[in-house]
Amino acid sequence: MIEDNKENYGEVNSEHTNYEDLLLEIQKFEFATVDLNLFLDTHPDNQRALNDYNMYTVELSKLKKEYRLKFGPLANFGSAPSMSPWQWVETPWPWEV
Amino acid sequence: MWIYEKKLEYPVKVDTTNPALAQMIMEQFGGADGELAAGIRYLTQRFVMPTKESIAILTDVGTEELAHWEIIETLVWKLVKDAPLDKIKGTPFEAHFAAHGRSPFPGNAGGHPWTAAYIQSKDDPITNLYEDMAAEQKARSTYEYLIQLSDDPGVTDTLKFLREREVVHFQRFGEALMGVQEYKDTKKYL
Repeated sequence: MIEDNKENYGEVNSEHTNYEDLLLEIQKFEFATVDLNLFLDTHPDNQRALNDYNMYTVELSKLKKEYRLKFGPLANFGSAPSMSPWQWVETPWPWEV
Repeated sequence: MWIYEKKLEYPVKVDTTNPALAQMIMEQFGGADGELAAGIRYLTQRFVMPTKESIAILTDVGTEELAHWEIIETLVWKLVKDAPLDKIKGTPFEAHFAAHGRSPFPGNAGGHPWTAAYIQSKDDPITNLYEDMAAEQKARSTYEYLIQLSDDPGVTDTLKFLREREVVHFQRFGEALMGVQEYKDTKKYL
């Protein structure tokens, strides 16, 4: 099932050198998890939606790891370690990009 | 608790400086049917929900509304941040400038500050969910008015995304309401 879905939605391109491209890819995959999350809240037994949610979650974590290694942490409060000096204040805020 | 992610849920591309349009979009920043009212409403009501599904949907939609509030704030900011004074004077944004400069402030298109009087929360899950479904429809209508007012393609694109989310949230709240009604029916003869 998960493999079938991958063919439908396409593999994640793991080489996004450009900040905007990688950010957009994360926005796409995270939006899919947000929408499926809401659907699953009221359809907790829907196996197809659950498979999709789990597939997108795996791909999203890969993208977020790539973002962290290239550009710094996407989330704070212990979500990811920081290099020195403290990276959280360095990366752009959402209204700056 | 909530964890902040340094990104928007949906990209905001603004093509022009347009303080008048920014002032109208503030209806969804600090207005009665706006994103702040939505988020505060759902995150307040969830404590009295009787089913695990309805608690989850109010928590998660409430959280998404705060992300939408940030999108609206970004839209407004990008429309005014580089506006020179002669592009502000004589526009509906001039009164906002007199009170706040170019800084965002949660008020509606007419300049009234946001108030909790816009929302309701009762110890009655049916009442709350009907209010929530109405809130989503009112927000959808407002987005349709704003889309008609927008002549900026980037702004319109983001407004269309936000309008679609209102439709999805309405659907999910309707499903949660059915679940709560079924739950109440099972309690009737106990």
